[in-house]
Parts: sequence; C-alpha cells; structure tokens
Amino acid sequence: MISHWSHENQRRAQQVLNRYPEKRSAAMPLLYIAAHEHGYVTDDAMREVAALTGLTAAQIQAVASFYTMYKRDPVGQYLVSVCTSISCYLRGADAVLAAIEDETGVLDGETTPDGLVSVEHVECSGACGGAPAVSVNWELVEGLEPDKARELITWLREAKPEVVLGDEMQMLFGGQESFDWGPKEIEGAIAPLPAFDPYGTAKADEQ
Amino acid sequence: MTSKILLARMEAHPADSNTLARYLDTGGYEALRTALKKMKPEDVAAEVKASNIRGRGGASFPTGVKWGFLPPDTRPRYLVINGDESEPGTFKDRMLLERDPHQLVEGIAISAYALDVQQAFVYIRGEYPKPARRLQRAINEAYEAGYLGADILGSGFDLDITIHLGGGAYICGEETALLSSLEGRRGEPRLKPPFPAIEGLYAKPTIVNNVETISNVPWIVANGGAKYAAIGPETSSGTRVMSLSGHLKKPGDYEVVAGLTWRDLIYDVGGGIRDDRELKAWVPGGASAPWFVPAEHLDTPVTIDDIAKQGSMIGSGAVIVMDDSTNVVGAAHRLVRFFSHESCGQCTPCREGTTWLERILDRILHGYGRPEDIGLLLDVSDNISPGLSWPPAMTTICPLGPSATAPVVSIMRYFRDEVEAMIPAPVGATEAPADGTRGEAAGD
Repeated sequence: MISHWSHENQRRAQQVLNRYPEKRSAAMPLLYIAAHEHGYVTDDAMREVAALTGLTAAQIQAVASFYTMYKRDPVGQYLVSVCTSISCYLRGADAVLAAIEDETGVLDGETTPDGLVSVEHVECSGACGGAPAVSVNWELVEGLEPDKARELITWLREAKPEVVLGDEMQMLFGGQESFDWGPKEIEGAIAPLPAFDPYGTAKADEQ
Repeated sequence: MTSKILLARMEAHPADSNTLARYLDTGGYEALRTALKKMKPEDVAAEVKASNIRGRGGASFPTGVKWGFLPPDTRPRYLVINGDESEPGTFKDRMLLERDPHQLVEGIAISAYALDVQQAFVYIRGEYPKPARRLQRAINEAYEAGYLGADILGSGFDLDITIHLGGGAYICGEETALLSSLEGRRGEPRLKPPFPAIEGLYAKPTIVNNVETISNVPWIVANGGAKYAAIGPETSSGTRVMSLSGHLKKPGDYEVVAGLTWRDLIYDVGGGIRDDRELKAWVPGGASAPWFVPAEHLDTPVTIDDIAKQGSMIGSGAVIVMDDSTNVVGAAHRLVRFFSHESCGQCTPCREGTTWLERILDRILHGYGRPEDIGLLLDVSDNISPGLSWPPAMTTICPLGPSATAPVVSIMRYFRDEVEAMIPAPVGATEAPADGTRGEAAGD
C-alpha cells in the first residue's frame, strides 16, 4: 500500500482492490483516490496507481489521459462544468458559459488566479430535460439561466461551501429540472471529484 | 395507456421511493423470493425471453436472445449493467438510479440467478456521483437485509454487486469499450466477434444489459413474460422511458407504451413547443439517430420497427425537439462536435472524419463556408459510412463514427437550402480577415 497516503485513502484503496477479480480493474477508482490524495492526477499519483494495480506507469498514464475527468493539471477548489451539448445548446448554454467566463474572469479551461474556481465546458451531463445545466464538483444544478449562473459564482466565492450540495444549489439558483428530484440528498462533494464514498470524496451535510 | 411499471413507485412515493423500507412496502423483493424459491434459473430466463423485451440502451436487441448466447459450460460468467448513459438527450437511467435503485438491484439479483452469475458490475458514468451514491446505499441495504451477498434468502445462491464509475467518456457506453474500461484500460471498443457473451470481461462470458432493461425484470418475473409481451405492439413490447428535451413546454422523462404517434408524444406528453412556435425537426432516438421532420413523420407511430423502417432508430429513447428558431447548421455542428470529441481515435475514418465534419460545419456556421463544402460534407460522411444508408454501413470497429454522419445527412436531406444560404457567394466572396479573427456567426 502507498505508505504516505492518508490512512483513510489507504483503506479505501484496499477496499476497491478487494472488489475486483483482477487488480487492473481498480485502475480507474484508484486514480480518483490518488487525485483526492494529491489534489489532481500528478505523475506520482499515476506511478502509485501503477504500483497498486501491477500495471506500468505508462499503462496508467494511457488510462488517465483517455478520460476527461482525470485532471492532470491543478484544478480549482470548485470545478464548474457547463454542459454545452445539443439539448443545453438549444436552451442557451453558450450564454451561460459566457456569463460564467465573464463573472470569473477566466475562459473555458482555465482556473482563477486564487485557485478557487475552474471553468470548463463538458459534453452531455445527462440533464437534458433541465437544460441549461451546470455542475459544481459534479453536483448538478438544472435550469440555470445566465444571471443565476453569475449568482452561483458569487456564492461560491463568498460562501465557500465546504460541502457542495446539489439540492442547495438547485434551490438557490436552479430552475426547470429533468425530473422531480424526489428524495432529499444528504451527501455532496468536498473536492472537484465525483463524490462517491469508496472513491473518497463524499460527505454528508452536517446540518 | 397501461399503468406504469418503472415509474410507479417514484410517482406514488416521491419522498422516499429510493429506500428499502418503501421498496418492501410496495412489494419489493417478492419477485426475487419467487425466483429463488420456486423457479429454476432457466425458468426465469424463459420468462424474460417470453417478455420480448428489447434492450433499452440503444441497439434494441432482444434481451432473452442475448442471454441465450452464453456458452453453457464456461464459468465464471459476469453480468455487467450499462449505466454509462451519455447519449446526448438521454437522462432516463439517471432517474431510475436516483429514484428507484432497489428496482435495479432486484433486477440484477434475479438476472444473475437466471444466468448463473455470482459477480455483477454496474458501470455508471463518472458525471453521475449522486445516482451512484443512491445505488450504493440501496446495495448496502440489500446486503444487510440478505438480498445480496452469500446464500441469498437461504437459497444457496451468492451474488456480489460492485459499482464502477466511468471517467467521462461517451464511448464507454458501447459494450466492448465498457468492458475495456472495466478492465482498467482505455475505453476502446473491440472487434466483434467475439461477442461479450462468448468472450467479455476478462475474456469470460459476459452479459451487458442497460439499467432500464434490467429494471423491468422484477415486474416481468412477478407478472409473467407473457403479460409484459402483451403491452404495446408485438415487436415493441412493454413500456419505455423516453427522455424529452429541447424546445418543449414540458421536457422530462415519461414512461410510455409504444404505438402512440410523434404528434401525441411531442404535443400531448411533451406539452407542445415552447412559446407555441412551429416544430422544425426532432431527433427521435438520441444524438446518433437521423432526424425526423413534421411533414413526413409527425403522424407516424413511435415503435422500434416503424422508426427503423423510416431510416432512423429509437435508440436510447431520447427525443430532442427543435423549433423554428433553430439554426440547423448550428445544431448539427454541436452534435458532430460531440462525436468528434468522443471518438476514441482507433479508427481513421472516425477520428479524421468527425474532425473534418466539425471543421467544415464550423466554417459554414461562421460565414466562411465554401460552395464545395456541401459536396465535401457528404463526401467525408460517405467515407465514414459508405452509401449513407441507415442502419449505417461500417468502416469502423464501432458505430460512433457512422453515427456522426446522421446530423449531416439529415440537414442535407431536409434543410439543404438553409445550409446553402449560409455559404457566401463565390464571386465577391467574403475573405477570412487576415488578422486571423473569426467573423460574426451567421444566423446566430
């Protein structure tokens, strides 16, 4: 096990490795855990995942570079991903992206100088019925109009939420939803990575 | 319309349809109990085959037939649930995972019993952490209650389910790419044959089924395959969750029975066009599907076969509606840009072809189109998919590249005059500014 990782991440790595008949299958989950450990997918992170899976660092780099969600450069505390695929495009996604670029002062693919917010456009977020849609650390806001998108950025800057909760953002800034969201969601993201517990980033709202 | 199958629980109990308590309270896990206690695995498979259910992920392949491809003697076998979704316009699996995850867990358990599988994986796209959390909580509850794990309900049948998150790659929805990804590789599709049922995960026999397909299994076992087959037209049996998006008054996920017309779906179910504008075109089955237009298709039935006969597909059940304000070149460009971005890069016709289609559409969109671009778009498309027919002829390992030609062929077929009108006349034509800046987008 990678000895300098936090005990929690070491435990998670072992848990993930135990789930698969072959260790190589753990490459993707371990890349998420490594990114959580290092802040993003560093060269060291890829070497560590290689050691854990028995693959070579080159094989892991080939995997990490294939998937857009593995960020191999530093990423802001809040990763704001604007869906610009067809259904969101038809309902004004380009104006939402422009508003967010204007409000943050950075362009698509960049991070604010204070390291707080990264902005990117993404292909379909699966929120087509709630277009235009944006996610923050992969927690979704649907029906986000340009003015509300500006307010969302301001809120991230000022409130600096420790846990990014979809329900909270939807209530404050969202509009049309793809479907009734139904049950209240109690967990959210604490890093710009998918907040899924075995991968190490989900956290329940304390309130 | 027949009563709901997949959405019944979430509509009746919106606040807690995802919990085990509510699932049990509404008859949950009874079908699993029946299957394990009273049915042989082959009896369960026979019910699924009798239901005539066809895969809800895109290819509409009969599920029971797919199951029948497993070689009888090779073990272990694996069951992999495809929750990669990702087809632009599609958001049904997200709802099924978030709002009724036990329905899927029970469907997996029953299916695994029928297929003699002890290990199942659910591949969920990385952008769906909330659906993954909901499903994981359901799996945890099911383990605690004895519906998963060792010796389920005292039957001697064992099953483990593992969720695997993707990394943001549409191509992993293609079943062989999904298996590559699940093996810790780049999500590159593999040549078929061998089909996954023969050589899938770790080169072992593997069944890959969509989230929605397997979510139907508890109902099929509880009520019998024949009853499911009796719902709707013969070759489009059962209900289907359709994702409606675009310029509609009421976009959303709707569970429908095949056989209604597009007019019913767009104007009744979807509430009609926003601001009461005119309908211009729609994509009938996800971004890969050739478009339909009101003059030809509005009063035709929504069934798998009727759509196929008219040169398109129901695909993932995603309907993307465009009103008369839509710049069709802009819409086609956005669709092609998606395929260009998501091409895995293995096959030259797809990797190069989608890139060039995007560039040519981009320059037409921004007022720099050339008269020869009309022919060039069709020529490049023809090089990816010779003959430009549907279903598409293939020059590639998987259908991603050929799918990218669908929007191009569609705008050429129905809106060629609009495309031509965006191309400046050759005499006295606008030249690109020498400073390299782009002009104003025409028609935006």
